[in-house]
Amino acid sequence: MNSSITRRTFLKAAGFTIAIAITPSGYKILSAKESEEAMGKGFSPNIWLRVMPDNSVIITVNKSEMGQGVYTSLPMIIADELEADWKRVKLEVAPAADGYRDPVWGAQATGGSSSIRHMYEPLRKAGAAAREMLVTAAAGVWNVPAAECEASQGTVKHSASKRTVTYGELVKPASALDVPKDPSLKKETQFRLIGTAVPRLDIVEKTDGSAKFGIDVMVSDMLYATVARPYAFGAKAEAVHDAMAKNVKGLKQIVHIDRGVAFCADTIEAAWQAKKATHIVWGKGADPDLSNETLAKSFEEYLPKDGVVARRDGDVQTALAAASVKLDARYYLPYLAHATMEPMNCTAHVQKDRCDIWAPTQNQTGTLMTAKRITGLAPEQIHVHTTYLGGGFGRRFEQDFVEEAVQTAKAVGRPVKVIWTREEDFQYDYYRPGNLSRIQAALDDKGNPTAWSHKIVCPSIFVRVFPDTMQKGIDNAAVEGLSNLEYDVPNVSVEYVRIDTPVPVGFWRSVGSSHNAFTVETFADELAYLAKKDPLKFRLDLLNKHPRAQRVLELAAEKAGWGKPPEKGIGRGIAYHLSFDSYVAQVADVSVDRKSGAIRVHRIVCAVDCGPVINTDTIKAQMMGGTIMGLSAALKESISFGRGKVLTENFDAYDLLRMSETPKIEVHIVKSDAKLGGIGEPGVPPAAPAVANAVFSAVGVRLRNLPMTPDAVLKALKVADGKA
Amino acid sequence: MISLKVNGKKHELDLSPDVPLVWVIREHLKLTGTKYGCGKGLCGSCTVHVAGKAVRSCQTSVGDAEGKEITTIEGIPEDHPLKKAWVKEQVAQCGYCQPGQIMQAAELLSGDKNPSEEAIIKAMDGNLCRCGTYPRIKTAIRFASKEGGK
Ligand code: FES
Ligand code: FES
Repeated sequence: MNSSITRRTFLKAAGFTIAIAITPSGYKILSAKESEEAMGKGFSPNIWLRVMPDNSVIITVNKSEMGQGVYTSLPMIIADELEADWKRVKLEVAPAADGYRDPVWGAQATGGSSSIRHMYEPLRKAGAAAREMLVTAAAGVWNVPAAECEASQGTVKHSASKRTVTYGELVKPASALDVPKDPSLKKETQFRLIGTAVPRLDIVEKTDGSAKFGIDVMVSDMLYATVARPYAFGAKAEAVHDAMAKNVKGLKQIVHIDRGVAFCADTIEAAWQAKKATHIVWGKGADPDLSNETLAKSFEEYLPKDGVVARRDGDVQTALAAASVKLDARYYLPYLAHATMEPMNCTAHVQKDRCDIWAPTQNQTGTLMTAKRITGLAPEQIHVHTTYLGGGFGRRFEQDFVEEAVQTAKAVGRPVKVIWTREEDFQYDYYRPGNLSRIQAALDDKGNPTAWSHKIVCPSIFVRVFPDTMQKGIDNAAVEGLSNLEYDVPNVSVEYVRIDTPVPVGFWRSVGSSHNAFTVETFADELAYLAKKDPLKFRLDLLNKHPRAQRVLELAAEKAGWGKPPEKGIGRGIAYHLSFDSYVAQVADVSVDRKSGAIRVHRIVCAVDCGPVINTDTIKAQMMGGTIMGLSAALKESISFGRGKVLTENFDAYDLLRMSETPKIEVHIVKSDAKLGGIGEPGVPPAAPAVANAVFSAVGVRLRNLPMTPDAVLKALKVADGKA
Repeated sequence: MISLKVNGKKHELDLSPDVPLVWVIREHLKLTGTKYGCGKGLCGSCTVHVAGKAVRSCQTSVGDAEGKEITTIEGIPEDHPLKKAWVKEQVAQCGYCQPGQIMQAAELLSGDKNPSEEAIIKAMDGNLCRCGTYPRIKTAIRFASKEGGK
């Protein structure tokens, strides 16, 4: 794409440079010299690592840092293979460019717990290639066989002659060499960084307040903007009365953009004041009566409809009909907001021949395309500057906030920072879809399941985001964790019923697994009790073909003291889930206040198998954070609808888990040789079912809807008491 | 004209006294370490010290802060036990809530050199963290209180 820019960068780049050309058929590691030639052949290699004459190593990261630690873990991979001196490693954030696309996706984006899974191999090869070249260069300088030289922490050593040379001193001769075709990778025992707890490279910035998030961007001559968006889903502005707004001091311009009306001013407070002074008459919108009740009713109405079959093993209907012991349960889960602590925002500057965007984005390719569509500029004229993200969780994959900033900036001709209020952030999200499941199962006389039928009614994310993946009308996100149900049951059916509502839906940390783990794992628990088996044993028996699942369940159970009775008043529950190629099991200890209905989670013991371990501390932090987000959703979160719109406005109506509600969390890592698994999301799914199962063990009631609020618990307790 | 004293430095600003302090600190003075999270006193991201007390700067008007000593995250010395503890415990994930967390914790430690678990939770419960760093925040505060006592 931007070979001219790249070429210039190469020429300017002092030091020894390694590039990677990411092409549709894979990736190629190239030296600066080879890159020059490759560009002539239409490749667009981009710089990934530079060894500088001052011995520093600059590593480019193509993924967004939103807390998950990629600004540390990705450089670790290169640095380890390179045998770099970690203290001299600096990181550089990649611009949006073809050469920085994810080699698996073909797009520059961060999500799906995939950063390490997709980048591990190319980054290792890049580091190893550079190391071999530095060793070859040193051997050349000393005129000794390369096999006698050894790379070690930023230097090459020749022990026979006791000579040492730093990487910085080898910049010139190494630059003249070709990249080895197949550099030998380190053995696991040779890793210095990979597999250890390396401190985050961004930790100081994120402690002293100097880390720059999107909302912190300052550009000279910049205006501030706020956008008035439709009152209800799909509503259009019928009249805009802005005469009063025009008197607001500092107001510069009012701009009509696709998503609403943007008020641009010298200060954000003036922009808000102008918005407040404007009266906009909105049309009715897509469904003026939309509310919690109408949504719940629609889901119910869709449940009996025929869906598409996402999985069919054997004959579920016959097996269900033949069985005498059966279980039939329904689960209703709410829409959720991302509630990143940094509200949506974006800064843009559109000029005749150049567009700059400063964005906390998870999706650089999407941002580039959005800007291209709006400005008509060529990709190489568009510069995407990725800032730190104050949380992402899938929300910042979307382009709505970018679109607003670019359209506004284009109209105004000056840089514009669009800031969303928290209220707007809650009301204009792409929500985790609400969903309704019905699960039916049958047990034989030994208590083994013979049939499992799972039907889910769920809006589709993919139909909007990746319509090409909708094979046979199945949204893979909606059925993840279901179509790959691991329990050994001879007759399985998974059916998906798509429901379209005006509520926009999007990726929310762990996506379909965020709801399907709850339904599957609480249902499995119920089945275990029905079969009069220990819930752990019941699961293990059904997972003989999945030893990794068994291992995390066993480890979490062992560390939690499963089998020994918990303290009086404590209920203990277990759950596991496979997502993003990682297995996570959790054991929850809870108590329930029968008077208030409040659930108190005392402890979560978590075991994770994500295959090879890159940074143990990142894994622990992500498991902890994922668990807490999972608990937050399980106990507290749900978006409220009414009058055709979202009613939820701020944290008073949508509180997140707080410190006082956070349990002790233990994380245990299973070392395995399995393929690399993700780590950002898989901590979320098992938390809710582990807690719900623990609630059952504590007070004997099954909670099949989320969130498990005190009211919901009280209601369930009342029903149970009434029956007793 | 409003005169503000932030981190020991005087500023003269021409703005209306009812502008929330958080926006003045962030956008006018460009001290962006102080964060906006909710604007309603519900999340603690905007916590700063005014006259030695931790306050939500989204709930404090710039007029009310006039003439008082204001400290933001940028005014906390680099070798402050809390900053050291935050680095040692690798608290931050996305990092957005952390300046507010640290300012809140700083007030706690200034009044109670060795806070109990309950005291920590009580002081910190108004500060949200979507990334779920609470366990490490607790550990870091405990570590800092030990360090600070030395
Ligand atoms: S921004 Fe002030 S408390 Fe949330
Ligand atoms: S570290 Fe991300 S919100 Fe606290």
